[in-house]
Amino acid sequence: MSSIREQFEVTGKMRTWSMGLIAIGILAFIIGLITKGFSSDPHQQAIFWGTVMYNSIFFLLVCNASMFFICVTTLAKGGWQTVFRRVPEAISAVVPIFGLIAAFVLLFVVFGLGHGDHHPIYHWVTPGKDEILLKKSGFLNPTFFVIWTVLSIVLWSWLGMKMRQLSRQADNGDMSFEEGNNWFHRNLIYGSMFTVWFGLTVGSVTPWVWIMSIDAHWYSTMFSWYTFASSFVSGISLIVLWVIFLKNRGQLQFTTEEHLHDLGKFMFAFSVFWTYLWFSQYMLIWYSNIPEETIYFKHRVQGAWHGIFILNLVINFVCPLLILMKRSSKRNYTLLTFMAVLIIFGHWIDFFQMIMGSISKDHVTLGWLDFGMLALYAGMIILFVGRELTKAPLVASANPFLKESIIHHT
Amino acid sequence: MALKRFVVGCFEDEEVLFPAVKKVRTAGYKIQDVYTPYAVHGLDKALGMRDTSLHTAGFIYGITGTATALSCMGWIFTKDWPLNIGGKPNFPLPAFIPITFELTVLFAAVGMVLTFCYLCQLAPFVRHHHFHPRATDDLFVMAVECTPKTNVEDLKGFLQSAGAIEVNYQVAETGWWFGRYDKEQKLYADEHPVIA
Repeated sequence: MSSIREQFEVTGKMRTWSMGLIAIGILAFIIGLITKGFSSDPHQQAIFWGTVMYNSIFFLLVCNASMFFICVTTLAKGGWQTVFRRVPEAISAVVPIFGLIAAFVLLFVVFGLGHGDHHPIYHWVTPGKDEILLKKSGFLNPTFFVIWTVLSIVLWSWLGMKMRQLSRQADNGDMSFEEGNNWFHRNLIYGSMFTVWFGLTVGSVTPWVWIMSIDAHWYSTMFSWYTFASSFVSGISLIVLWVIFLKNRGQLQFTTEEHLHDLGKFMFAFSVFWTYLWFSQYMLIWYSNIPEETIYFKHRVQGAWHGIFILNLVINFVCPLLILMKRSSKRNYTLLTFMAVLIIFGHWIDFFQMIMGSISKDHVTLGWLDFGMLALYAGMIILFVGRELTKAPLVASANPFLKESIIHHT
Repeated sequence: MALKRFVVGCFEDEEVLFPAVKKVRTAGYKIQDVYTPYAVHGLDKALGMRDTSLHTAGFIYGITGTATALSCMGWIFTKDWPLNIGGKPNFPLPAFIPITFELTVLFAAVGMVLTFCYLCQLAPFVRHHHFHPRATDDLFVMAVECTPKTNVEDLKGFLQSAGAIEVNYQVAETGWWFGRYDKEQKLYADEHPVIA
């Protein structure tokens, strides 16, 4: 009985859904490529590749956030996440795949889209005689971009793979005290390496080169943290969705509403944290009112993007604040599922306005291509995470923290 | 404020305490409270206590703070004494947010602390009866209230059979009174009190 429940199996329904979504996504990609990607208008090309780019970056960062969650809870010597730890592990296993796609898209955007002396997305690729861009060229140049992109993705994948391998060692029989100590020590080493590298990439340089450099003249010191908060809260929401999905199938029998309550707290807390960073960035720029800084918000607050700007705040701040504040709502499966979907959608909109708001300043480009790419990534997450979950038991029976996690009480 | 009669059972272990609480409650006795040296998870549920409303009070204090901050600053800067600060509008919402946030937190925090003290009847010089001094150290102390029909000896035996290492009978004031802890040291009432 228990052995059946501990092993995940991909059902036909899941396979149909994922294949259907992927098919819709690929269809949207191909139609977009023909109508916009091969268009002679550089602006249409920029919209197409920008849309593909923000989806690849967003879902890569969201899935990578679950490995960050594992490493941080490990470093904090936390035990409560042990009963569902295989879920974030499985989500993080798609990082190499999504990383490869994102790297391909980003490198194509840098090298394939230039038109002589003008680049439609990254203006710093062709600085010309622009003095600001020439001053920044030590950092904003294609060589650095390539090295940093490849290094980011390779190290995330490699260190994440090491953490997952260590976790698999907790499947074969009980550990003695010595073995358990050694095992945990190795977890600490790889976990801290990942956390440091995560801080240097998602916490600082990677969002600068991938996203902020689209507005090549503009900069904000809050930007990376703001991006990180966005991706982390969506990552937690994705973990919640998978945990609830597995609970509804009668699996993960040790995971109770106590664990869900703590995940709900993470969703609530990091929604507020996101707002804090968003507001810190916005208020300083609004208050000092310097033209080269306010240019980022001009068309977002007063122009065509005003609706998206308000929607972003309502979905990502007001809704989680008011709905997730109550204790009973963090313990309610239906409400938590709804909020997780809403938060992921909200931060997808946030990434959309971060990137497309800079590429297409005069009109909002949200349309079938965006939702097609969303479907593509949703399908891929269902397919790859589901396949990864089948590879190991859902609970690592020899993990020294297992008992602490089972009796966890919020 | 009334004198009541209690049979007090002292337990040394959480593992014994939980089944004992269940037994005493199913036997129909009324547990006044269980005094523990530290917060015991799940004991409130075992005792059948309802969830606290402290967080609802906190939310109300919080929005009171928000409303106070916004209306106060709004009235001052639009009606009472409008100033032109750097060409900003007279009601610059982003500039007001930090102060609104601070006042929300202040109202919620102070209000909740005061409410908590009120609910627990905690204040300087306010005294309560202590059933056992070791409840603050290493003993779980269960106070069972006696009705006129309760057979005290039966109840004592019942608590002992449930695992209590020490059982005694006390008559105690259930409310609070003013006093000083260093003055009154008499913790046990005599065995044969007169209750009206």
